[in-house]
Amino acid sequence: MATQAKKTQVSMTVNGEPVEGFVEPRTLLVHFIRENLSLTGTHIGCETTHCGACTIDLNGLSVKSCTIFAVQADDSEITTVEGMANADGTLSALQEGFRQMHGLQCGFCTPGMIMRGHRLLQENPNPTEEEIRFGIAGNLCRCTGYQNIVRAIQYAAAKINGVDFQEAAE
Amino acid sequence: MIPGPFTYHRPSSVSDAIKLLVDLGDEARPLAGGHSLIPMMKLRLATPEHLIDLQGVDGLKGITREDDNIVIGAMTTQHDLLASEVIASWLPVLRETALLIADPQIRYRGTIGGNVANGDPGNDMPALMMMLGASYRLEGPDGVRNEAATDFYQGAYFTSLEPGEILTAVSVPVPATGHGYAYEKLKRKIGDYATAAAAVILTMESCKVVTCAIGLTNLSETPLLAEKAAEAVIGTSLDEAALRNAAALAEEIMLPAADGRGPIEYRKSVGGIMVMRALKRAAARVG
Repeated sequence: MATQAKKTQVSMTVNGEPVEGFVEPRTLLVHFIRENLSLTGTHIGCETTHCGACTIDLNGLSVKSCTIFAVQADDSEITTVEGMANADGTLSALQEGFRQMHGLQCGFCTPGMIMRGHRLLQENPNPTEEEIRFGIAGNLCRCTGYQNIVRAIQYAAAKINGVDFQEAAE
Repeated sequence: MIPGPFTYHRPSSVSDAIKLLVDLGDEARPLAGGHSLIPMMKLRLATPEHLIDLQGVDGLKGITREDDNIVIGAMTTQHDLLASEVIASWLPVLRETALLIADPQIRYRGTIGGNVANGDPGNDMPALMMMLGASYRLEGPDGVRNEAATDFYQGAYFTSLEPGEILTAVSVPVPATGHGYAYEKLKRKIGDYATAAAAVILTMESCKVVTCAIGLTNLSETPLLAEKAAEAVIGTSLDEAALRNAAALAEEIMLPAADGRGPIEYRKSVGGIMVMRALKRAAARVG
């Protein structure tokens, strides 16, 4: 077995702020974010790369932070759910959508859903319902209530595009 | 769910990465997207003492057409494949397959090199590569060699990669213009590995099959090339009898494991159905 690996320094930009820390190479990025940076909005759900609760934005891509070592993210740019509000502290369109459409439900999957929804809308500002459902396929909601999460993202898309949110007919 | 301790290396060239692999020996593993290796490390099913992260190695990413081949760098992600005009134009079957791999977050990280070099029978790209006649560029301490995908897979997680070698690129011959293609993957849920999957590429003239190749995923310890099944459909119009015959011939070479995805008989049966569906859909796309 290897002797205890030495800690190495990592530095990255998280929610616009430069941060650094000493980590063992085996430290997962989600643990660095939650424990070293005390940003506990990013949740640990399954720890097996399935549930997406730990999703963050890393260099413009949404990734599961339980499946990346902090050392791999050295020199990267990260956004977590704490960085999602507007600069003046008001809710972003997506956060507002989750509030208005009751997209939180129990709330555990919400940070991952918001981070994934954020990147999805960056890539496709006007997604169809099917594109939303395919786009959030890596995020599980154990309340099993995807309907309101889809509506929240549709609400945000409408707001970003400057149109009134209209629900599809049942 | 904390991996065992290891030392982290981030070389900036292929030669430095090879040197590390040679010097550190069996306890070193290359790290690409990490979405197969890191979950295994968290379960302590893999406990490498050294990880050699390839993300800083120049020249391992990118998709280019070189004469009659599409060359894809090993660190090219599934997401990169989906965004590529070259792939959409010349190798649409790779796009169709990449969309069936895992989920968006994993496609941003997962690489073609990791997918084909890992030797996991559940990975989707190896059967595609065998079907397309692709070859792998393997670089090691003794230089560069090219290995046909059909010769690469020897058992579950067991390939012809030699110690110190890194798979650096995949080279795929450009299929004939107007070819038909399909990847049919049965899975329990979105993001899952295949219960059974079949890849087909074919050409037709006057409604008869002229050329055909069929690959199979997760139906044996290695990806399979269903050569007899492919030969049997040549000259047919893919009528019901020809489809059933091809499925039966493909089932003859399947040796799936019985696991959570179903018993052996079931997986072979649905494997045959995937072959028939893929043939039909590929034929409908010829043009």
